[in-house]
Amino acid sequence: MSRLRLLAGPDLAAGAERLHSHVGRLGPLPKGGHSLIELLVRTELAGRGGAGFLAGLKWRAVAHASRGSAVVVANGAEGEPHSKKDRLLMSTRPHLILDGALLAAASVHAKEIVLYIGEEHHSALRSMTGALAERTAGERRLIRLARAPARYVAGDSSASVHLVDAGIATPTTTPPPTRERGVGGAATLVQNVETLAHVALIARTGAATNTVLVTVAGAVRAPGVLEVDTGIAVGDAVQLAGGPSEPPRALLLGGYFGRWIEAADAWSLPIDPPALRARGLSLGCAVLGVLPASQCPVCEVAGIMRYLASESSAQCGPCFFGLRALADACTRIAERGTDAGDLQRLQRWSAEVQGRGACKHPDGAVMFLQSAMKTFGDDFAHHPAHLRRSA
Amino acid sequence: MSKRFELAVDRIKCDGRGLCAEILPEVIRLDSWGYPIIAPGPVPEHLMGLAQRAVDDCPVLAIVLRRAEIQRQKAT
Amino acid sequence: MDNTLLWYTTRGAGAVTLVLLSAVVVLGILSVLRVQSAGWPRFLTVGLHRNLALMTIVFLALHIVTAVIDPFTHLGWLAAVVPFSSYYRTFWLGLGTVAFELLLAIVVTSLVRGFIGQSAWRLVHWLSYASWPVAVLHGFGTGTDAWSAWLFGLQAVCIVSVAAAAGYRLMAGSRDPLAAARSSFQAGVDRRESK
Repeated sequence: MSRLRLLAGPDLAAGAERLHSHVGRLGPLPKGGHSLIELLVRTELAGRGGAGFLAGLKWRAVAHASRGSAVVVANGAEGEPHSKKDRLLMSTRPHLILDGALLAAASVHAKEIVLYIGEEHHSALRSMTGALAERTAGERRLIRLARAPARYVAGDSSASVHLVDAGIATPTTTPPPTRERGVGGAATLVQNVETLAHVALIARTGAATNTVLVTVAGAVRAPGVLEVDTGIAVGDAVQLAGGPSEPPRALLLGGYFGRWIEAADAWSLPIDPPALRARGLSLGCAVLGVLPASQCPVCEVAGIMRYLASESSAQCGPCFFGLRALADACTRIAERGTDAGDLQRLQRWSAEVQGRGACKHPDGAVMFLQSAMKTFGDDFAHHPAHLRRSA
Repeated sequence: MSKRFELAVDRIKCDGRGLCAEILPEVIRLDSWGYPIIAPGPVPEHLMGLAQRAVDDCPVLAIVLRRAEIQRQKAT
Repeated sequence: MDNTLLWYTTRGAGAVTLVLLSAVVVLGILSVLRVQSAGWPRFLTVGLHRNLALMTIVFLALHIVTAVIDPFTHLGWLAAVVPFSSYYRTFWLGLGTVAFELLLAIVVTSLVRGFIGQSAWRLVHWLSYASWPVAVLHGFGTGTDAWSAWLFGLQAVCIVSVAAAAGYRLMAGSRDPLAAARSSFQAGVDRRESK
């Protein structure tokens, strides 16, 4: 069953897989269309970009809204700092992604595909460009490249569409959603590159894939990208990454828009989107960040909040000012110790920020902070003053 | 069954001028940074005139009245 | 109709128009500067600005109509709409026509702002900085008593008020607290070829 794995095939260290190897292993590109959409709906393929929306339903909506001029955006921007899975996939298995994008274009009646790749991700850019050159003339005519600026919000769906459409990667107001009115006003399907790679396999086998790409980061011996079987426990995935390098305190599941979980509770969690959803959690961008016990969680959270505040596109007041206020308050707690009104202020501002931006950036940051305050309640309530840590 | 309307603000266009909260304080209040928080739900009928005034007076046309959708409870 | 009455009405309405227009411009500037106090809410500035602008149009209409039907000036209706087409004080009266048409564009676009959208409305509204000085020059050039004490005093007050407000506006910059952060972020993610 090795052909169902994304990273099966030649050694990853060899770089981008060539077209002849790809076709030799997996067979030619199948046909897209209505039946593929129904297959995706049946296999319940979830998006791998972070939101976890069911791909089949998205494709159905775009196909419905398409008037033959839809656009497919293969989102490989990967703005999440610790996530490396999309880059790895683009650098080593570019043809899986191109296949998935072409299948998407055929199925939603698109006349254009845009590969949205981080402008600083040179290996991925080289690999995808090289792979594109190996495809047929007809396929190459449909596909073009767009470079994503190296900012966190550049990976947002509406920001990707805005960059392709108008040249500026800032999120835009929705409604109308990009699947109805996106690039050039046409129905636009924005799909993460890993999801498209899964489609390329599903279309060939007629069955669901059963693996997930995760990035294990933080206090582990061998941090990096792993392809794991769906349903594997978090603790097992951490072991595959060499195990913790020192006693762990907690896990950040899903990157900077994710949730904090005590290590003891986190280790048994299954890496399976529906199972996580049933527990009120989400795999998000599939970063498993291990926080060691030796590291102060309040200081760590304050640093991440400062980063998220600085990554606001400054288009909406509540996001720009609210995240700055929250980050400043966390930093004050981290550096000078907890004060009487600190926790109330954090709660009040969180409530004022949530849901009041045009995109999900403030929501992600607020929910990250709220989960931190829940998991590290005692640390936040009784934090002593620290000397300022050098960056 | 009469049509009910609700106020909605375009968060990117809004630049915190605050006229809407002055005109319709029963439904709109300003957050800690001067940006509008709109009370959820349809605008009460007797305040519709002021709601329309808030929409017309916004210097950047960021606030609109749109038909209130009847929210159905979604089964989790 | 008594010529003198028409003549006085034209000049009077013209003076009132100038005062109202100056107040409208000042209020517009105060609105952008987000001026307010405990007793003066922002919607009052905006509301006065709009209502006085409509009153300006009324007095301007009176000024134009009485000027055209006054037999002394020999103005036809054409002079009210085609600039620099009158025999009577061609240049200075023409300026008045220009100011009138700019104002008309501004008021009409404001009335249909919901239909034409914010960007188009804003573009036309900038013309207000052109219409006011043109109107002032028209007043000095055509007014037979432009140099009489009372009218000169009135015009001086109008000019000083608008100049002070406009000067302050120029120095103050944007009152949008996000303006600097937003443009600096956008500069970082702008990938348009022309840049």
